Amino acid sequence: MIDDLITALGAEFVQLSLTPIVIGILAAVACALPGNFLLLRRQALIGDAISHVVLPGIVGAFLITGTITAVPMMLGAGVAAIVAVVMIEIVKRLGRVEPGAAMGLVFTTLFAAGVLFLEITDTSSVHIDVQHALLGNLESLIWFDAEGWGSLLDPVALSTLPPQLPRLAIVLVGIGLFILLFWKELKISTFDAAFAEAIGIRTRLLSFALVVATAIAAVAAFDAVGSIIVIAMFVCPPASARLMTNQLGRQVGWSVIFATISAILGYVFAGYGPGWFGSPFAVSAAGMIATISGIILILTCLFGPERKRTGQRAEA
Amino acid sequence: MSNAKLVAESGKILDVAPKDAPLTVRGLTVSYGNKPAVFSVDASIPAGSMTAIIGPNGAGKSTFLKGALGVVPRLSGEVRIFGKLFAEARDRVAYVPQRASVDWDFPARVIDVVLMGLYGSVGLFRLWQSRHREQAMECLERVGMADFADRQIGQLSGGQQQRVFLARALAQNAEFYLLDEPFAGVDAATERAIVSVLKELKTEGRTVVCVHHDLSTVPEYFDRVLLINVRRIAEGPVETTFTAENLQETYGGRLAATHIDELHLA
Repeated sequence: MIDDLITALGAEFVQLSLTPIVIGILAAVACALPGNFLLLRRQALIGDAISHVVLPGIVGAFLITGTITAVPMMLGAGVAAIVAVVMIEIVKRLGRVEPGAAMGLVFTTLFAAGVLFLEITDTSSVHIDVQHALLGNLESLIWFDAEGWGSLLDPVALSTLPPQLPRLAIVLVGIGLFILLFWKELKISTFDAAFAEAIGIRTRLLSFALVVATAIAAVAAFDAVGSIIVIAMFVCPPASARLMTNQLGRQVGWSVIFATISAILGYVFAGYGPGWFGSPFAVSAAGMIATISGIILILTCLFGPERKRTGQRAEA
Repeated sequence: MSNAKLVAESGKILDVAPKDAPLTVRGLTVSYGNKPAVFSVDASIPAGSMTAIIGPNGAGKSTFLKGALGVVPRLSGEVRIFGKLFAEARDRVAYVPQRASVDWDFPARVIDVVLMGLYGSVGLFRLWQSRHREQAMECLERVGMADFADRQIGQLSGGQQQRVFLARALAQNAEFYLLDEPFAGVDAATERAIVSVLKELKTEGRTVVCVHHDLSTVPEYFDRVLLINVRRIAEGPVETTFTAENLQETYGGRLAATHIDELHLA
């Protein structure tokens, strides 16, 4: 096992594992950051909804353009996400149902529509399937031209990085800046929307911006790692982080740490774990990353310092 | 502010509010769904007064406040705050929503909530500084909660939570305070502390409006009443408006005659 690790960190590691791990981390953190606010606003389902409607979005993009290149796919997914958000709002207003029900209705309907589209149209010649949509293919995002750690300084080799990596890096920086610049506004409007509105914070615009940031994270991460990870990362790291601290800033910090740990451990366990138990097959990295985030949530539920907070509430 | 002082000192409440009154409302209508919660309500709150908004449950008292401040959309009606649109007078107003309207399990300490009241003085893209912290501590001092500054808000009692909300409003240093049921579910000590802070605000020439439930304390705490049951029933000084007749009209059969007898009515 030690030998395994030493070989694993050499040139082969850089070529085969470094980029999937980095992409996994970027995707996990990009989803966990907005997830903190979605969770506190009791909108965690919106991440779920958006990552489901990505499927009809990419199928629609394929039907229109006839190709499976990244840009039209991401545009299609983005349009589908916005359509879903608008539909949720319409169902909520016209049907006067609670937000959770409206989200559940819209995203299952659109996901089902995506599956139907996939079946009744001739997409058999290309690689779009439900399996891929759910689990992505993190393991395939290898860096062919890397010859070792030195390649990180080689512009020629760097130019052949999987395009998902710079794309996710830009998305993560964008989401990080959004949260940093509007920290006060996000904090106040998440805690007390009526007060926020009264002191002049544009709460509806901010809610919409948060959903757009969520959609961008979901679409960018989906392409690399599939929707299972996306759904898990919106919820699990922030929920675990909430059990570690009673301050919003620290909660966001913990969620980043948990997302990173999930991505690293998940990838390593998926690739090498089965070997430790004598199995020649690796398991899905995306599935394992989501599983690790779930295990972290269980651990924080059992041992997190703030897990009992509601029980401590004093009586009025 | 001098105008506010004048009205307060003379003790006279003008029937027709001056143009720059803290709040002037004409024909305010707010609806959730098909049924109006507040229908065509007029009100004018004079400067330096302390007004209780009174009415039965579901009569639209909270909705009236929210509609006046644009927190919920208005179907119709005109609202002026100090003679201006609310958006132009926002920094002169402090609004305290119902305590139960927020999730007290939110990850924040007492001081974090009070700092929210200083939002206007922090500036875009900036964070709270230590001078804001000092100001927030002074406000916590005024409501007797300074020792709780680092406490998680979920660990507070209902009365303590209400004091934190009041401290946040004090941090806004406004001229006009609108409080939604500040005495709901609080202990007697908190009620006394809140009343004394509100009376201080009035002495300083500021204007206070509270949605209020306890009819027996109206004459003691307030000098004006606004009686609402979807429509406006009556508005004016406690001495002339807080009458058995008006209360009967506001509450309909829901207020027992014996209850009315116990009140210190005009």
